[in-house]
Amino acid sequence: MLNCKQTSVLVSQSLDRPLTWRERWAVRLHLLICVYCRRFTAQLKWIQGAMQSWQIHATDRTEDVLSAAARERITQQLDKFY
Amino acid sequence: MKSNPHDWLNEHGDYLYRFALTRLRDPHQAEDVVQETLLAAIKSNTFAEQSSPRTWLTGILKHKIIDCMRKQLREIPASELLAEEDANMDEFFDDTGHWAEKPQAWDIPHDALQQKQFLQVLQECMARLPQKLAAIFTMRDVDELDNEEICKALNITATNAWVMLYRARMGLRKCLEMHW
Repeated sequence: MLNCKQTSVLVSQSLDRPLTWRERWAVRLHLLICVYCRRFTAQLKWIQGAMQSWQIHATDRTEDVLSAAARERITQQLDKFY
Repeated sequence: MKSNPHDWLNEHGDYLYRFALTRLRDPHQAEDVVQETLLAAIKSNTFAEQSSPRTWLTGILKHKIIDCMRKQLREIPASELLAEEDANMDEFFDDTGHWAEKPQAWDIPHDALQQKQFLQVLQECMARLPQKLAAIFTMRDVDELDNEEICKALNITATNAWVMLYRARMGLRKCLEMHW
């Protein structure tokens, strides 16, 4: 019988590799009796789903811009090649 | 129509910079990869007119970011990389493997405003993750590279990758639970 720690490791790995059937059943059995690990599993999947939105949100942050100095430096480099 | 590299910088420079900044965190490194990307773009002839310049430049940028991350990781032995967070891992479970703090039920954001607030918290929690964990997690769950690609790109074992991704997810989940 898996404990919560072992279950959390396998739930995370299930997002990165296919679990063996033995692992899958062990996780399923644990989730059946453990509401906390069920929550944990749902939350990990939910975070995974939210990461695409995070990417869009993070690249929309208008406060992060190339500094004038960096822009100038890059312009000079581009001039050398173009 | 021939695109001009100075237009690329003007129109897409900030976007590319933010894209790099979310992955590398360090403003100087982010500036450097943007510069490398634009120079590589000039030298290559791979731009197909049917794709947008931004998509094309972002594709080049992703490779430059991975190169930069690989260099960073190379400077630290893998053993140290994994030991770095060991102290923190004990906080999640007690000696018998039960949750030290039981996961709470979350309010799933159900309107645009809540969604926006949630993303803001997620942004702050990503910023609190150790840089390397955030980087590998971004490669996996944002760029959707598979494990094999990540291991090859960063020159780490599959086991290392799983452990790092596990730590990233545990840290992120905990932070969201505390602040959302």
